[in-house]
Amino acid sequence: MLEMKHITKRFPGIVALNDVSLSLKRGEVHALVGENGAGKSTLMKVLSGVYQADEGELLIDGAAVHPTRTRESEKLGINIIFQEFSLVPDLNAYENIFLGREIRTKLGTLDSRSMRRMAREALDRLAMYFPLDCPVADLTVAEQQSVEIVKATIFKCNFLVLDEPTATLTPREVKKLFEVIERLKALGVGCFFISHHLEEIFEIADTVSVLRDGCHVFTGPVSSCTQDELISKMVGREVTQAFPPKRGVADAAEPPIMEVRKLRFPGSQDISFDVRRGEILGIAGLVGAKRTESFLALIGRDPSIEKDVLFQGKPIDLRSPHEALSHGIGYLPEDRKRTGLFLPFSIRSNIVISTLNRLTNKLGMVLPREEKALSDRFIQRMRIRTTSDLKTVSELSGGNQQKVIIARWLASNCKLLIFDEPTRGIDVGAKAEIYVMLQELAAQGLGVVVISSDLPEVIGLCDRVLVMRYGSIRATLTGADINSEKIMIYASGGENG
Amino acid sequence: MGEAAGTGATSREQPAGLAGLVRTVVARPEFVSFVALIVLMVLTASMNENFFTVDNLLNITRQVSITGIVAVGMTFVILTGGIDLSVGAIVALASTLMAGMIADFGLPFWLAALVAVVGGALTGAVSGFFIARFALPPIIVTLAMMEIPRGLGLIYTNGYPLPIDREYGFLGREYILGLPIPTLIMLIVFVVAYFVLNRLPIGRYVYAVGGNEDAAILSGIRTARIKLMVYAVSGFTAAIAGLIQTSRLLSGQPNSAIGMELDAIAAVVLGGTAITGGRGHIVGTLIGALLLGVLNNSLNMIGLSPYSQRVVKGVILLIAVLIGYLRKQNSR
Repeated sequence: MLEMKHITKRFPGIVALNDVSLSLKRGEVHALVGENGAGKSTLMKVLSGVYQADEGELLIDGAAVHPTRTRESEKLGINIIFQEFSLVPDLNAYENIFLGREIRTKLGTLDSRSMRRMAREALDRLAMYFPLDCPVADLTVAEQQSVEIVKATIFKCNFLVLDEPTATLTPREVKKLFEVIERLKALGVGCFFISHHLEEIFEIADTVSVLRDGCHVFTGPVSSCTQDELISKMVGREVTQAFPPKRGVADAAEPPIMEVRKLRFPGSQDISFDVRRGEILGIAGLVGAKRTESFLALIGRDPSIEKDVLFQGKPIDLRSPHEALSHGIGYLPEDRKRTGLFLPFSIRSNIVISTLNRLTNKLGMVLPREEKALSDRFIQRMRIRTTSDLKTVSELSGGNQQKVIIARWLASNCKLLIFDEPTRGIDVGAKAEIYVMLQELAAQGLGVVVISSDLPEVIGLCDRVLVMRYGSIRATLTGADINSEKIMIYASGGENG
Repeated sequence: MGEAAGTGATSREQPAGLAGLVRTVVARPEFVSFVALIVLMVLTASMNENFFTVDNLLNITRQVSITGIVAVGMTFVILTGGIDLSVGAIVALASTLMAGMIADFGLPFWLAALVAVVGGALTGAVSGFFIARFALPPIIVTLAMMEIPRGLGLIYTNGYPLPIDREYGFLGREYILGLPIPTLIMLIVFVVAYFVLNRLPIGRYVYAVGGNEDAAILSGIRTARIKLMVYAVSGFTAAIAGLIQTSRLLSGQPNSAIGMELDAIAAVVLGGTAITGGRGHIVGTLIGALLLGVLNNSLNMIGLSPYSQRVVKGVILLIAVLIGYLRKQNSR
């Protein structure tokens, strides 16, 4: 039994955890939910020794422990798999699994035979499979995650923390992961399971705890609560309807804002579709459907890719994101930290970077006053929670960081915006705000495209949905046809696929 | 998921007024070098009464000017996350170009200077082209470009210095308004760089390329142009340094400025600019260059042998960088 008692953790100016007490039994799956910034990650970092609690204590089977680094918590049998994997891409799977804890022969050389054997036994134990001998960079995300799980459990592991393990998995892979978790349970491992997908919690967890603003507000068996109850506990208010009402399919008689024909790149077939003013066009598909690749190709991220594009009735040649933006076509990347934000920059600089040319005087000098006015306007409009527009963007929570990115593209006055996974990894409250905003943009007559792997989001938000599979469009759905069965059928190639 | 945000409180609230200003200044990465500079000056002044004289201080700024000017271009490059090893070679090329134009082609001073500066900028642009167009690693491209310009200079002069008349020495030797002309040129270069980096969109794009190149591309910034530009700027400032040196030495020197790239990088890093790009400030580079200059000067004044000076310089560099690193760790 792992117990956290009265844990309080303060950072300058903020109480990140306020008297939190939680416990985890062996063989139990304990879900931890809460909005971004609620303190889930901080709590897990206290558990793993990355942070030390200011108050409170950590007990394993009744004995107090004080891990001060992850190596120590691992020795205590506590292992954490973070959202961002800690694998070395060029090493193969078993080298990663034993990294820093290699097994040696009597002569002191590496005993690869024993390591391979142990890794294979671990795979069998968990009924998993992945190739042991190829660099992990060549494995799929799900396989890499499996490597992480084996790495975490191959030595002593009594308690495992999974931080948003399903965020980048396909539904089939999620199912497989849950089977693995069941096996871990049967082996007596207790799991903390962090997820924003509440459906999953009802599927896999035994117990659920809710954190809000650093406080522990609820713990109870999953069977005794409903999804709506959990949401209202997370946000501290009643949230009945996450999606604003749809506006319906745009008038087909009106010419589309953009017509894409014969978009083709390695690994795709000819892709052709229209984007209409005033509607939200959803792009659904599984991982590997090449949705992101298609839209990066469209905006000219790789200038050599051929395509015919009519924008507002005129043919245009998009050879770079710069050209796309100067035509008023913006693409908001899916990976906030890797391709979206300038992490060392302030919120203000992040918002105005695409708009600087408009904020200058006649000599071409940037006017700080104009910069501040513009960023303040969008901080207010997007309801970005910050005390100053000069705060470094890396200090914000995920949801607020996403709002900063959206603000950047809204500020650039685009006529067509492509949102790639606009709500990935952000909390319920921020999601609802972003949905309302997407609807407003469509209502203002912008073309709005939403690429999303979140099925409820596609279904609840989009007026028309293109389903992609292996670099081609397999179906266009509207109205009542936008439901999970139809989308999954076409996305997984079930019907004439 | 963020660690500690979300409730609207901030983790680093700055009090307004003087206290806030002081705190902001102290938090800056170049503050360490600034303190080191002051301490060094006070120490030297207490050991040698000739240090704190107007003449000596002006002399230091003149000695610093060449490295300082080269370090300005280097700051642009390092802010984008690159590095330019070719600047020493470009100083030498500009020097021989200028002397050659005057001595062999009879061009007037200003025209010769123009040829040298354009030559330097173009040489830098060649590095920039390969780095931007083919995404080659800057350290390799500019390593190659350490050889080519210097080789061309050596071919042209056959390895010997190329003397020019005494009348061409004013740029390196004279004073305007009581300031050495090299010092004045250095100040102008710094002011222009400050303006470009802080007041023009293109300056912000330099930071953006180093801060996150992928994000910069998707935000509509033409990153290839920015990269080409920063290496051209670096070649340009190196060539200006070459002019001053030629004028001061009254000859084109194909063998000069060997290892200058390392001094320039040291000045930039001491000035608090992140070697990975995206973070830093041109004022820091000035402080870094002055620190190196004062260090040279004071070690001479104390009477340390040149061999011991190198050891002391290395140790001080290491300590300064270490303190900067520890401060950054603590502020997390």
